[in-house]
Amino acid sequence: MIELDRVAYSYGGAELFSNVSLTLAPGSFQFLTGPSGAGKTTLLKLCYGELVATAGHVRLFGKNVRELQRDDIALSRRNIGVVHQDCQFLDHLSVAENVALPLTVAGRADEASEYLEDLLSWVGLRNQAGQRPPELSGGERQRAALARAVIISPDVIIADEPTGNIDWEMSQRLLKLLVELNRMGKTILLATHDLNLIRQASKMQVQARVLRLMNQRLHVAGVDL
Amino acid sequence: MIAVIRRYFSMLAGDPLADRSVPPTGFTANLTVFTSGAMAFLAVFALALGLAAGQLADRWASELARTSTLRISAPADQLDAQVAAAVNLLETTPGVASARALDMAEQQALLEPWFGPDLPIDTLPIPRLIEVVEEGAGYDATGLRARLQAEVPGAILDDHTRWREPLVAAADRLRLLSILSIALIATATAAMITLAANAALAANAQVIKVMRLVGARDIYIAGAFVRRFTIRAFGGSAIGALAGTLAVLLLPSSDVAGGFLTGLSFSGASWFAPASIPLLAAVVAFLATRSAALRTLRALS
Repeated sequence: MIELDRVAYSYGGAELFSNVSLTLAPGSFQFLTGPSGAGKTTLLKLCYGELVATAGHVRLFGKNVRELQRDDIALSRRNIGVVHQDCQFLDHLSVAENVALPLTVAGRADEASEYLEDLLSWVGLRNQAGQRPPELSGGERQRAALARAVIISPDVIIADEPTGNIDWEMSQRLLKLLVELNRMGKTILLATHDLNLIRQASKMQVQARVLRLMNQRLHVAGVDL
Repeated sequence: MIAVIRRYFSMLAGDPLADRSVPPTGFTANLTVFTSGAMAFLAVFALALGLAAGQLADRWASELARTSTLRISAPADQLDAQVAAAVNLLETTPGVASARALDMAEQQALLEPWFGPDLPIDTLPIPRLIEVVEEGAGYDATGLRARLQAEVPGAILDDHTRWREPLVAAADRLRLLSILSIALIATATAAMITLAANAALAANAQVIKVMRLVGARDIYIAGAFVRRFTIRAFGGSAIGALAGTLAVLLLPSSDVAGGFLTGLSFSGASWFAPASIPLLAAVVAFLATRSAALRTLRALS
C-alpha cells in the first residue's frame, strides 16, 4: 500500500535520516518510535505525500510520489486517514463538520449523515457534535481527529503521537479504537514515544511490529523496549 | 471544448459545505464589495458617456450628411432673383429631395444666440440661406458647384463636410475614451480583487493546509474562494451600478440645459445597459480570483 524504498530526507543540507525502507502491508499494525527529533513526523509525512524524499522512492498505492501531480496526491490521501498530534481542525466549523470534512471535499457529503452519528458515538463524542474544536479537551480532540481520519473508510491510518497530550486512560481508549480498526482490516502506522502504549498494545493481542527511528536509520525492535 | 468550458466554470457550481470550509474574512469581503461598488458606479458614467457619444456621432453623421446649405451673397437688388434661380436649379438637380430658402424670421432665429433678438436683420447685408435636403445617394457636389458658379455667381455650397468630419471624429474619440475607461475600470477591479483574494488566501493558509490533508484537490479549494469573491463582486457592483444609474437619472436633461455634457444619459433600451456591469464585474472577479487562487495554491505546495 505504502512503500518507502531506501528513502532519505534532509533539512537544509543536514540529513535527518537515510536508507530507510518501510512497507505498510495491508492489515498490518506498526508502531514507529524513537527519540524526539529523530524524524518520526517527517517519516510519516513522507508516507502520506506531504513531503517528498530527498533520495529514494516513496510509492503510494503503487505510484511513485515524485511522478504524482498535487491533485493525485490529494486523491491518494482520501485513502489515508491521518491523525495529527495537533489535530489540525478548522476551528470555525463544528466537530461534526470537521469530522465529515474528508467526505465533504470528496463530494460525498450526503454520505456523512449515514456514518456521522455512529462514528461520533464510537469515539464517545456524540454530545459534542455541535461544539467547536477549541471547546474540546485534549482527549476529545484526538478522538475527533481519529473519527475524521476514518470517516471516509481509508485503507491506511497514520497517527502521529495521538496520545502525546492526553492522560493514560484516554491513551488506552484511543489505542483500543485503533486496534479495533486494525481488526477491521485497516493498516495502522502509529508514531509514539510512549513505550507503555506499545506494551499495552501487545496485551491486546495485536500483531504489531515496532520500528525505531534512531541515529538516522530505521530499525525493527521488539515490543519489550 | 464543451468539457473544457464546463471544467473551467465548474468552480461556480455551488457547494455550501465547501464555502463554509473557508471562514469569512471581513477585511477582504468589505474591500471586494466596496471596490466593486465604486468601480461599477464609475463604469455607469463611462457607459453613459460611450452610449451618448455613439448616439451623437451617429446623429451628426446621418443628419449633417443628408443636408447642405447654400449661401447666397449678392447685391440687395439681385438677391431675390439669385435665390429663386438657385432654388430652381436645385429642384432640378438629381439627388436633391428639396431646397427651401429660409425666411428672415428663421435667419433671425439662427443669429439670435450671438447677436440677441434686436438685430435689425433686414437692414444688414446678410447672405440668404437655402436649406438643401438630399435623397438617395445624394447629389454630385462637384457638378452642382460648377452649375452654381455658372448660373448663380453669388452662391457658395456648404455640404457640411468640414463641420461633420471633426464632430464625428470627436464623438468617436469620446466613445473610444469611454471604452478605454471601462477597460481600465475592469483592470483596476481585477487588480484589487486579486489583492483581496491573495490576502484571503494568505490569511487562510492553515485552512488550505487542513483541506489538503483531508484530500481536497486544488480546484475544490480554489472554488470556495472563487465563488465567494464572485458573489461579493457581483453584489457590490450591482449596488454601485444601481447607484450610478440613479445618479445619471438625476442629471439635468439636455432638453433643459441644452448642452451635450449635461445631457449625459441613457435612452430607451440603453437604460438596461448598466445591468451588464455586475455581470462584467462577476466575470472579472471570477477570472482574477481563479488565477490568484490557483497560483497561490501552486506556490503553497
